[in-house]
Amino acid sequence: MNWIWSNLDLIWDRTVDHLVLSVPPIILSFFISLPLGWLAYRFQLGRGVILTGVGLLYAIPSLPLFIVLPAIVGTNVRDPLNLIIALTIYGVALMVRVVADGLDSVDTDVRQSATAVGFSGWTLFWQVQLPLAGPVLLAGLRVVAVSTVSLATVGAVIGVASLGSLFTDGFQRGIQAEIVAGIVMTVLLALTFDWALVGLGRLLMPWSRAVGPSLLARWAALRSPGAAAAAPAPAAGEEAAK
Amino acid sequence: MNLFIDALNWILDPANYVGPGSIPIRLFEHVVFTFVTLLIASAIAVPLGFLIGHTGHGRALAIAVSGGLRALPTLGLLTLVALWVGIGLDAPYVALTILAIPPILAGAYTGFEAIDRATIDAARAVGMSEGQIVRKVEIPLGLPLLIGGLRSGTLQVVATATLAAYVADFGLGRFLFSGLKTNDYAELLGGSLLVILLALVLEGIFSVIQRIVVPRGVSAGRPPEVRARSARPRPGMETTIAEGIN
Amino acid sequence: MLGWFGACVGPDPRKEMSTAMIEFRSVSKKFPDGTLAVDDFGLVLPSRQITVLVGSSGSGKTTLLRMINRMVDPTNGVIEIDGVDISTLEPVGLRRSIGYVMQNSGLLPHRTVIDNVATVPLLRGVPKKKARQDALVLLDTVGLDRSLADRYPSQLSGGQQQRVGVARGLAVNPNILLMDEPFGAVDPIVRAELQQELIRLQQELDKTVVFVTHDVEEAFLLGDQVVILRQGGRVAQVGTPSEILARPADEFVASFVGADRGKRALHVESQDGRDILVDSEGRLAGVLAGGRSAQNEADPAPGSGAAAQGGDPR
Repeated sequence: MNWIWSNLDLIWDRTVDHLVLSVPPIILSFFISLPLGWLAYRFQLGRGVILTGVGLLYAIPSLPLFIVLPAIVGTNVRDPLNLIIALTIYGVALMVRVVADGLDSVDTDVRQSATAVGFSGWTLFWQVQLPLAGPVLLAGLRVVAVSTVSLATVGAVIGVASLGSLFTDGFQRGIQAEIVAGIVMTVLLALTFDWALVGLGRLLMPWSRAVGPSLLARWAALRSPGAAAAAPAPAAGEEAAK
Repeated sequence: MNLFIDALNWILDPANYVGPGSIPIRLFEHVVFTFVTLLIASAIAVPLGFLIGHTGHGRALAIAVSGGLRALPTLGLLTLVALWVGIGLDAPYVALTILAIPPILAGAYTGFEAIDRATIDAARAVGMSEGQIVRKVEIPLGLPLLIGGLRSGTLQVVATATLAAYVADFGLGRFLFSGLKTNDYAELLGGSLLVILLALVLEGIFSVIQRIVVPRGVSAGRPPEVRARSARPRPGMETTIAEGIN
Repeated sequence: MLGWFGACVGPDPRKEMSTAMIEFRSVSKKFPDGTLAVDDFGLVLPSRQITVLVGSSGSGKTTLLRMINRMVDPTNGVIEIDGVDISTLEPVGLRRSIGYVMQNSGLLPHRTVIDNVATVPLLRGVPKKKARQDALVLLDTVGLDRSLADRYPSQLSGGQQQRVGVARGLAVNPNILLMDEPFGAVDPIVRAELQQELIRLQQELDKTVVFVTHDVEEAFLLGDQVVILRQGGRVAQVGTPSEILARPADEFVASFVGADRGKRALHVESQDGRDILVDSEGRLAGVLAGGRSAQNEADPAPGSGAAAQGGDPR
């Protein structure tokens, strides 16, 4: 415990590093996955290709991706930018399916009546479909946020400074308190992002309640074995920390 | 591209196929570790998941715990347990088994929950005992989602076992850390490619299993009109820590 | 006396002399969330007849039905089958000897049609081959082609699935058949066919059928005894269809069966020398069979007998 008190500034520095590493991927992956998810939703052929591709990306283990990426993109392994790109890739891999599913979840009846009233194309998407898909998107974004915060710690073993550095440093020097501090801060950070997103959701979508058990039951109902077989990507639990 | 060629050369270099740190041995260690971890995690998570799915009790707790575990950084858990228990395989086994439980648990109980309640009700009404309902109706119908959960769990363990090489001398991750230390990018990249290959192969196998395991009566017949009428979003997508809905 | 249960494991129950009379005595059901679904319900459901429980949602009719095979247990009161208090019986065994047909058929999606029909016999230990053979016969009984036997439920139409559901309910040759809005989910044409099937089956098999519906027309078509229910399972009237229609017990019943208006209040009118039946709103309901035709030179008085309120056309 003493260690913690005497190293508060270290903890704070690492937290800031971690913020810089984790916030951009969350935001970027959201916006990148919107068009991709829409394509997957709109075009049957696109759906298969995009979702399979995205599923494969998600299957790639984290540390190897951090290492292989420089060879493809040209960044340096120890460069924070490299980590940000990799985390964005994971975020996209997760979020694309959420966007596709979210758009699917909008009642056909609602969409058709909106079209009948005169919405079409852009306006239909931005003013009707996206907002109505909102709760689903928000839920997916929360998962992305939590897993990004958690994954960012892995960068420490390749030398990218983050809260994960408290783990590596603590391990090498045998200081348990340092590791615990790192874990606590990581979880706190993840929780903060989660709450912030929930708050944002309430602000932007006052018509919808937060994702709750009744919605879950309907989701589970779709996730019938038949639908599961038809989907190319993994089912529940796929947003596991890697 | 040169880097990839170097990596490829490293992978194909016969020198890497002899001795205690050779590619086949590391691969073997990695696979065995993954398999054992999954086995233990399943032994805990599958019966528990079935119980939760069948009775409907304990869901909230399961979700909260799953969600909480998911927010836990793997590296942190690994290093912490390693400091307690010491260098070696024990720490990774403990840490990764714990982390593998949430996806498998989720797969087990969402598999049961996805079954039409009317089917269960009908099975009970014609006189199946609870045990018969679980064995003859819920498990066959819930199997695809369970396999999905196992698939997630496997990927996760393969990934984190790579990381576990940081605190223990086993698995393909050793190539990564060794390469990092000696700045041997060929080894670093080669090892990474091997892990990725392993993950993709396992992913492919599970994908096939998941398709095979769907009961014939469920996949046969009219295709679900997923796009024609309103479909519902999939579970697992909105897992969070606070709400912890899985 | 083996009673109804023994009848199902004994010799051909069609030759059994035992009845399967169901009696409710002061039965109430209050659910954990406080809903009082059924309040002090008492009724005798005679054996070998179709009793229809009809009412709107919230009238407790499904709850009452499900109490018979102990899917729901009453909070008060006693239910007896042939004098045996069913709360003393083991639920699983009880359910295996009662046929149960629900809306949307409730077939097991991962089993073939033939295996679905044979579900309960197989549960009771009947050898697989025999169970399947019996199941094939049942398919004939409900009017399904045997070629459907190896299909899966999802490959059948709604009407076909319902027939399979009925076949499954009949598989153990139970004395009691419980049917919970079984024809509600199919379109009107198929529903009419299925209703006629049921009537035919009943003529052939003579079971005690308890049928739940919200459709008064269906109730009057199928029921030997019709029970009209209010909220909370309170009986508004019990009787045969004609008794109820001729003498509704009160406003509620009259309004529920539409005795006072619309297509139930018919009178005869003369149109171009032809006797036609017209409802109280002037809409055409039908032609008086055997009534006056244009060629008929008989006295142009209104036809007799058919209309509930025959009278001079206005």
